[in-house]
Amino acid sequence: MKRRTALKLTTLAAALSVAGLGAAQAQDVIRIGAAAPKTGGLAGGAEVTHWPAIRLWVEQTNAAGGLQLDSGPATIELIEYDDQTNPQQTIQAVTRLATQDQVDLILSPYGTGLNLAAAPIFDRLGYPQLSVTNITDQMPQLSQQFPNMFFTLGTTSAFAEDTVRLLAEMRDAGQVGNRVAMVNVADAFGIELATVARGVLAEEGFELVYDSSYPLGTQDLSTVVDGARNSNPDAFIAWSYPPDSFAITEQAMIQDFDVPFYYTAVGTPFPAYWGRFGEAANNILGPGGVNADDPRFQEFAAAHQELMGQGPDYWASATTYASMEILGQAIEDIGSVDRDAIAQHLRENTYDTVLGPISFNENNNNEAFWTVGQWQDGVFRGVASRGREGAVEVRLKEGWD
Amino acid sequence: MSATDYRNLAISAGLVGLVALMPFYASGYVMTLAVTVAMFTVLATSWALFSGPTHYISLATAAFYGLGAYITGLGIDHLPYWTLPLIAGVAGAIVAALVGVATLRLSGVYFVIFTLGLAELIRQLVTFAQVQAGRQGFYVLTSISETMIYWQLVALAAVVWLVGWLIWRSRLGFALRIIGNDETVARHSGINTAQAKVLLFMVPGAAAAIVGAIMAPRYVYIEPSMAFGPILSFQVVIMALLGGTRRLWGPIAGVIPFTLLWEVISGNMPNQTYLLLGVAFLLIVYVLPGGFVGLYEKALHRWREGRAA
Repeated sequence: MKRRTALKLTTLAAALSVAGLGAAQAQDVIRIGAAAPKTGGLAGGAEVTHWPAIRLWVEQTNAAGGLQLDSGPATIELIEYDDQTNPQQTIQAVTRLATQDQVDLILSPYGTGLNLAAAPIFDRLGYPQLSVTNITDQMPQLSQQFPNMFFTLGTTSAFAEDTVRLLAEMRDAGQVGNRVAMVNVADAFGIELATVARGVLAEEGFELVYDSSYPLGTQDLSTVVDGARNSNPDAFIAWSYPPDSFAITEQAMIQDFDVPFYYTAVGTPFPAYWGRFGEAANNILGPGGVNADDPRFQEFAAAHQELMGQGPDYWASATTYASMEILGQAIEDIGSVDRDAIAQHLRENTYDTVLGPISFNENNNNEAFWTVGQWQDGVFRGVASRGREGAVEVRLKEGWD
Repeated sequence: MSATDYRNLAISAGLVGLVALMPFYASGYVMTLAVTVAMFTVLATSWALFSGPTHYISLATAAFYGLGAYITGLGIDHLPYWTLPLIAGVAGAIVAALVGVATLRLSGVYFVIFTLGLAELIRQLVTFAQVQAGRQGFYVLTSISETMIYWQLVALAAVVWLVGWLIWRSRLGFALRIIGNDETVARHSGINTAQAKVLLFMVPGAAAAIVGAIMAPRYVYIEPSMAFGPILSFQVVIMALLGGTRRLWGPIAGVIPFTLLWEVISGNMPNQTYLLLGVAFLLIVYVLPGGFVGLYEKALHRWREGRAA
């Protein structure tokens, strides 16, 4: 018995020393910093879209042995900071990551305003900024001012244009009438989307029978929905934020606001939207969407569910994950974490991601993205896109039951 | 002016000069913190100029700050940059005067509530204007560096100190101290209390608007939820009270430790920022009710008594 124990111990010791040796050889750790909201106004969205996708990629990459550099494999160490949804704190956290933690790469923050507030610091400190949740029409000016800032999620106008174009196609096919009711949240990109949509609606010859805005943070949206319903429209479009997307739909159900084309904006692609309304959300339209039949996406969604304990949203989650894949592929291709080389690599190459191939144009902008999605039996599928494959046939909304 | 005054002025000028040289020897990380410290120094010092002697707690900082940020956002494509802080200062002073005339006859909690509402009021007006114009926030794309922002803030801080020092020595300053002690007595002594308060309220109004105009290039993108965030008003009050408002240097004695504390908490315990901040604030209130100025005066008093005995 005793000898056996000794043998076991020897084996264990040998195994440990081998493991120890292995650890010693796998010398490299790539330090990646992230500053994004964990508290404040955007924390809810960041906890659905931003943080889980990043952590998932780090977890999976490390489980697979890390990234292959010229010097051997390197695991990822993720350093997270809460920017409190405050641009001042974003700037401070990004500076801290670069100068105190001396990380190899910094991930772009969450939300258009915070992404832009961080841009001068990324630029000055020499870090490439691969932004995701950053929707703007100013890409030419921004990429000129900040040459290493990249954009992945699309332009403001594309979302408004494609929504109206989709509606126009349905009208021309005789599926819906010509009367449109439109509301928007009177803040940030709600205003810009409504402005673009108004122009395209007029261009396409639609009759805008109701056009109204409500202040950010409005709790009771019954009058907004009531006004839209009383204008007797054939289509309803709301450029809304997560709390209002839910509140408007709740009111629409209560008031039995029955239109064949029903659209709410940010928040609609969240799994919680289907969770809240279930079958009633069937055939509701919203921004984004994914190719849900793509095995790559299905694999990502399953891993997200398993490792993060929640499903991905059907818009920017996959794009955030894709941005991590892009960085990983660039690093492995170059063989080291050379930031200038990574920025150059981003400009010149096409990446194989969960969304399909992604590359950047002369304005550092990814031109292939989903613009409109629709809840179809529990999955928010892409129905319109710019240069993405796998769009499904759009359906008409038939009541709330 | 006495010899002590000259000595104090010379010391202050020397210190401001030293601080202004910081970009030449400090690292990028320290400079980012220094910009925050400089920003809150101007805001808290100018806040204390009014709220210190009068005991009127103003929560209007964010309103003026946002106003200034928007002036830069609106004007950056049309006017030379250096005119914008000046315009912001004038606009801030005018708005402060209007608000002062309307509300400084009120006192206590009415004034506090009104100033808190002011930021929201201006924010909604800006939002309304943006809805009409059909555009979102403003992009402020400039080549203004962090160092230039820092120098502007240090210069502004020096101006605010000088203004504060001059007011303190003037008839206006004397009148304000009487108002702070007993407004009825002040009125019976023939002081036009409303006028004095309105005049003084214009100082923090102008200063905060200028700070907003200077800081706008740092944020690149100006939108209402950022420009008018109410947290700024509360931070300024907390910092000024931590330092103490009875002396001109009081607020900065609060700004520096508070900014460092906030940074240490954000850096080391990123998930518990607000919790630890709350605990720290409770400790400050219980251990340091008069701020650092109170502590200093107590120590000074004791030392003098000890010497007399």
